[in-house]
Amino acid sequence: MGKTRVSLFLPCLAETYFPEIGFDAIRLLEAAGCVVEYPQEQTCCGQPLHTEGSREGARAMARHFLAVFGKAECVVAPSGSCVLMVRKHYPELFAQDAGLRQMALELAARTFELSEFLAGRALPRLGLDPGGRATLHDSCQMLHGLGLAQEPRQLLGRVQNLELVEMERPGVCCGFGGTFMARFQALSLRMARDRLAQAAATGAGYLVMTEPGCMLNLRSAQAETQDAAGVEIVHLASLLAKGLDHV
Amino acid sequence: MFSPSPFRRAMGRGLGAEALGQTLTAGFYEGLPLRRAMAGELGEPEEVRDRAAEIRDRSLDNLEGLLLGLEARVRAAGGQVHWASNAAEANGYILDIAKENRVKTVVKGKSMTTEELGLNPVLEHAGIEVWETDLGEFIVQLAGERPFHIVGPAKHKTVAQVAELFRRRLGTGRLSQPEDLTRAARLFLRQRFLSADMGVSGANFAAAATGTLAVIENEGNIRLSTTLPRVHVAIMGIEKVVADMAELEYLLNLLPRWALGLRLTAYASLLTGAARAGEEGPQAFHLVLLDNYRARVWGSPYRQILRCIRCGVCHYACPVFRNIGGHAYPWVYNGPMGVVLTALSQGPPGRWRELLGACTHCGNCNEHCPVRIDLSGMIARLGAEAAAPPVKVAAAVTGTLAATAGGYAAARAGLGIYEAVNAPAQAEISMPGAAFGGPRRRLIRRAKRSFKQAFGLQGRGEK
Repeated sequence: MGKTRVSLFLPCLAETYFPEIGFDAIRLLEAAGCVVEYPQEQTCCGQPLHTEGSREGARAMARHFLAVFGKAECVVAPSGSCVLMVRKHYPELFAQDAGLRQMALELAARTFELSEFLAGRALPRLGLDPGGRATLHDSCQMLHGLGLAQEPRQLLGRVQNLELVEMERPGVCCGFGGTFMARFQALSLRMARDRLAQAAATGAGYLVMTEPGCMLNLRSAQAETQDAAGVEIVHLASLLAKGLDHV
Repeated sequence: MFSPSPFRRAMGRGLGAEALGQTLTAGFYEGLPLRRAMAGELGEPEEVRDRAAEIRDRSLDNLEGLLLGLEARVRAAGGQVHWASNAAEANGYILDIAKENRVKTVVKGKSMTTEELGLNPVLEHAGIEVWETDLGEFIVQLAGERPFHIVGPAKHKTVAQVAELFRRRLGTGRLSQPEDLTRAARLFLRQRFLSADMGVSGANFAAAATGTLAVIENEGNIRLSTTLPRVHVAIMGIEKVVADMAELEYLLNLLPRWALGLRLTAYASLLTGAARAGEEGPQAFHLVLLDNYRARVWGSPYRQILRCIRCGVCHYACPVFRNIGGHAYPWVYNGPMGVVLTALSQGPPGRWRELLGACTHCGNCNEHCPVRIDLSGMIARLGAEAAAPPVKVAAAVTGTLAATAGGYAAARAGLGIYEAVNAPAQAEISMPGAAFGGPRRRLIRRAKRSFKQAFGLQGRGEK
């Protein structure tokens, strides 16, 4: 059996703010025995446009995505919301075009969020030295959109010397919400601070997430307010990749 | 420059009440296990939601027939039925009934539908005394406020605030215990129940097959309002009808469990028509069936919102509602269900762009809706219909929220999003109102090199 060929889709916020997520995702996927390619013509999936109500714009982005990834064996993205965009909204966007809709549906079935993809696969031993404690911030699109709550936790559970603790109230939105964060800044900050306080209260050293959007919001709130100052806000891919180094 | 919209100003006031936001958040999550357990007694929770949604959809699909059946049954039981196409008509009917019966005092059971109508000022203007008798509604009436939440109208008030309000408005002494305050309200209201000529109530559901209205409550005030006065007027939105008592029972079983974590409320009244000969109760019974937008929504792609059974849970599930509070919203219905109803009924959706944008699309409302309304999807769709607000791109200005917003603006030019996000000079996106949610946030800096640049430098680009 040949190795699975994975095309990496990197969310635009990771591309610009957190490029390390891309490298860490590649390392993990390769460690899981995949051959990884990164199609350089890729762009944003179009989610911001879709959320803002520009169906035309979103369709243009979706068409481009189909052109870039249409032939991929499978697509993996370190973001639940981008995957939700592809899986749920692309087929809706092409409701009037049977051919594109079919393509979108087929691609949707081969597109996976990173933890969803890795959870069912073997990885080398993962561990941390020194060990630590982590808490997971569920991204809303992962939790309510894709229904992926256990997958990232299962992966964190594979990291030796890493204790996973839950927040008192897991699964609460951090206040990112795409342009919501720009439009309603005080409200968004209030929501982010609630998450930081919850994370700090667990005593975790790592606040782990699967969404670059949440990461942008929470890291910005942390830098601005010094809330949860000692907590490292990190993408799941990066913490797992770190785990590859410590075994 | 920009001046903040009324919504933003109200939102700012709501955000100012930070302790309240924390109380609402804690209350929602602390109440979850009990509510889940109670709903779970009816069956596997997801199946319960399926069944409830199915009952509601079946009712909506047969709406006209069920309403005609309900009308016939209510008439047969000695009641009168009035069809009101809008608030003015409904208020007109109710006022006429009051005048015909020479009504001087009205006692009201809790009813959001009458809030929707703005009934109280209409009656008061005609010289009729109107008393809200639900304790929470009574408190907001005395305070001259709107209900904060559709189930908990005075949820925002502390005991101390209520004590001060009662001292000022009812002339009570300095009370501090909730029991004493409740007793004071009860003493005051008991006199009104006894002297009232007309009782006004809403209806949680109505069964077409028997012409029976169901109203549930915990305080007994609805029981009194609907049985003591000689005239009873019930107002219900046309979507509240179900086929028969079996369906009604299912929803009545579900509602208090879902909304409050209670197996049943202290009172559940099933009312069919006027009092018959030899029975105690109102001599005249009127049912006002209110359209006021519902028929239009029924015929639109948003019919699903009419499933709503007013449990009030989506409000508390919503992090925006919890943080800004019910009074930040422009209409009597607030929270996710209220945002949808406002955009559908109060003028063109374009008027509600900002309100519809105040959603992180987290989807928690959907997760907790007992009748599986796609609230989050509807808010997104209505927001899309309302069209995006104007965006200005001012180039080369520092301190940005450019990543998301930049993508947003640039993506208007199709695939230009990517170039914009990667543009070396940071572009600031200024959005009207962005500065009015309070102090501006500061974003962390972008990476020195984007992934693509770094990937290319590694020489992996050609792979």
